[in-house]
Amino acid sequence: MTQVIQVENLGKKYLITHKTGEVYLTMRDAISKNLKNLFNKTSNKGVDSKEEFWAVRGITFNVNEGDRVGIIGRNGAGKSTILKLISKITAPSEGTIKIKGRVASLLEVGTGFHLELTGKENIYLNGAVLGMGKAEIKRKFDDIVAFAEIENFLDTPVKRYSSGMYIRLAFAIASHLEPEILVVDEVLAVGDLQFQKKCIARMDEVSKEGRTILFVSHNMAIINALCNKGILLEEGKTKFIGPVNNAVEEYISNVSVFAKNTHLIDRIRPKECSLKAKIIEVSIITERGEDQDIIDSTKPFIVRFTIDASADINSAILFNINDMSQDLIRFDSALSSNKYFSFKKGINTVDCKIKPTYLTQGNYKIDFCLLRVPNEIVHDQIHDALTFSVLDLDPYNTGFNLSQKYSRFHVDHEWLENKVRK
Amino acid sequence: MSEITKDYTIIEAGKEEKNYWQDLFVYRELFYFLAWRDVLVRYKQTIIGIIWCIIKPLLLMIVFTIIFGKLAKFPSDGVPYAILVYTALLPWQFYATSLTDSSNSLISNTNMVSKIYFPRIIIPTSSIIVNLFDFVISFLILLVLMIYYQFVPSWTILTVPFFLFIAILNTLGSGLWLSAINVKYRDVKYIVPFIIQLGLYISPVGFNSSIIPEQWRLIYSLNPMAGVIDGFRWAILGNETQIYMPGFILSCFVIILIFVTGIWYFRKTERTFADII
Repeated sequence: MTQVIQVENLGKKYLITHKTGEVYLTMRDAISKNLKNLFNKTSNKGVDSKEEFWAVRGITFNVNEGDRVGIIGRNGAGKSTILKLISKITAPSEGTIKIKGRVASLLEVGTGFHLELTGKENIYLNGAVLGMGKAEIKRKFDDIVAFAEIENFLDTPVKRYSSGMYIRLAFAIASHLEPEILVVDEVLAVGDLQFQKKCIARMDEVSKEGRTILFVSHNMAIINALCNKGILLEEGKTKFIGPVNNAVEEYISNVSVFAKNTHLIDRIRPKECSLKAKIIEVSIITERGEDQDIIDSTKPFIVRFTIDASADINSAILFNINDMSQDLIRFDSALSSNKYFSFKKGINTVDCKIKPTYLTQGNYKIDFCLLRVPNEIVHDQIHDALTFSVLDLDPYNTGFNLSQKYSRFHVDHEWLENKVRK
Repeated sequence: MSEITKDYTIIEAGKEEKNYWQDLFVYRELFYFLAWRDVLVRYKQTIIGIIWCIIKPLLLMIVFTIIFGKLAKFPSDGVPYAILVYTALLPWQFYATSLTDSSNSLISNTNMVSKIYFPRIIIPTSSIIVNLFDFVISFLILLVLMIYYQFVPSWTILTVPFFLFIAILNTLGSGLWLSAINVKYRDVKYIVPFIIQLGLYISPVGFNSSIIPEQWRLIYSLNPMAGVIDGFRWAILGNETQIYMPGFILSCFVIILIFVTGIWYFRKTERTFADII
């Protein structure tokens, strides 16, 4: 087996600027504060202090030809940074990477798409952005169009495409790349289920052709299905490297410990969050009003959010219940219930009352909590907010325990007596 | 480990990318497609489309001819004043629009810079191509003007590509500087319109640079566009205007300096573009 990627002692450092005192919300605040400092030089010297932050450090691993490597870890663990380093988008601060063969990276769907251009024009443009030559694109053009199912819209500007069509086209182009090494970051999280399946099938095909894949995802089911090797990252360091099953198990057991031990206030947020309001606590409250993490899934329960708003804002709340490997149910106050909350400055709580879920026995988590105004602004985002367990589920008192081994849910049903047809 | 040095791309902390210029060749099709995209997009959703690149220089020409030629009565060395002005507007318009486009180019392609690898120099460079396209069309209008004024150019018009090349070096050099600075400091978007507005008056666009007093001409030539415009006038208007050689050489020197330092600064900073854009 040839090694196609060798990473040695890789590190990437960012300089982050800290501002002492309050956060400036408006330009006016910033200016007046700076003016004060100007006239009052003694009090506030060094308003900004710079600090080094290592996104990843001391990473060493090898990838063999044909490996399908799943890179897993919580938000901020450094997964995307590693992909960016391997794709040469950003330069390492220490260590070396040796790569054999052409690398194509797919960190975002439709990079370089131009909204004013037609589907046909964008196929050529995006193909070139991803590193395909004109001749290569021409050869694959019909396949791409067929894969994306957009035959009738080739001459329509993509700004008139539905979001589904847009994503299909983008993925179709990307999946027709023929690099030796394919680097993919969670792009499968978008698109409808049927298309996701198609994408996974396509990636499977690509890996069977002997290409190497590096894949980042939060979806452990997809990682398990697609990859043979797993790299678990934690706080910028490798925690585990080995067979994918073991890596996923390790990740899942870490999540529970992490969720219990790391307070939501201390979690790393993605940088696009405005943080005008922060989720500072998520808890499950059972029928009897107790705050606990073991629930009886045949009874209703409440998910309570405690939110610290730094100003009066409007926002919707969204969260997922996840079975430790993939999302099962989404609760979205904006899209499914058309409900926006007006948070007042200070501490607010919101309850979401959930009817019996009939989740089967096992461990679950409340994952991906989001405060946002859809299509506008994300105030806060947290993964792995809370883990909880369903102890056992025996809805008909038969003594048989339904567990995650058989299914994730139980649906209330009834078996009728058999009838004999005469 | 020694067997794996040959076919491997090696990325090492703190080291210059070895195959940068080689990569530039590998990614030449991207360059071509980006330029093609800009050409396609420029006049989409406009009513009169490509006519815009004719109207702008023509209107400026009329205004300058009236103000400088008719009212201020600046000398034109026997050349129709409109042609004198239009000859200067060709490189000037190219410079002004290219500078605006290329200084914004990295910012307006943020997605590509932060999500895809390619030699970044492709972006500001390809954004200039679309303006070359406009330049060619404006040049055709010049020929129409010449027919209208019955002005016969001399053989020197064949040297226009050489002066255009100098204009491109100048534009590219400044574009590389400004686009790289723009990634970190967005002040550039205020500086560029200012450069262009001011430059239109301090460069010899509306007048012939021969009106500059002799003792100031060398200093005046520190403005690189002065050299470019004088070159264009000499090439297109032929023997009617004399080129001031020391000044022209000085301008060329300044342009080469801008170009070389532009590439140097761009190369130095581009490794961090994806981190701070």
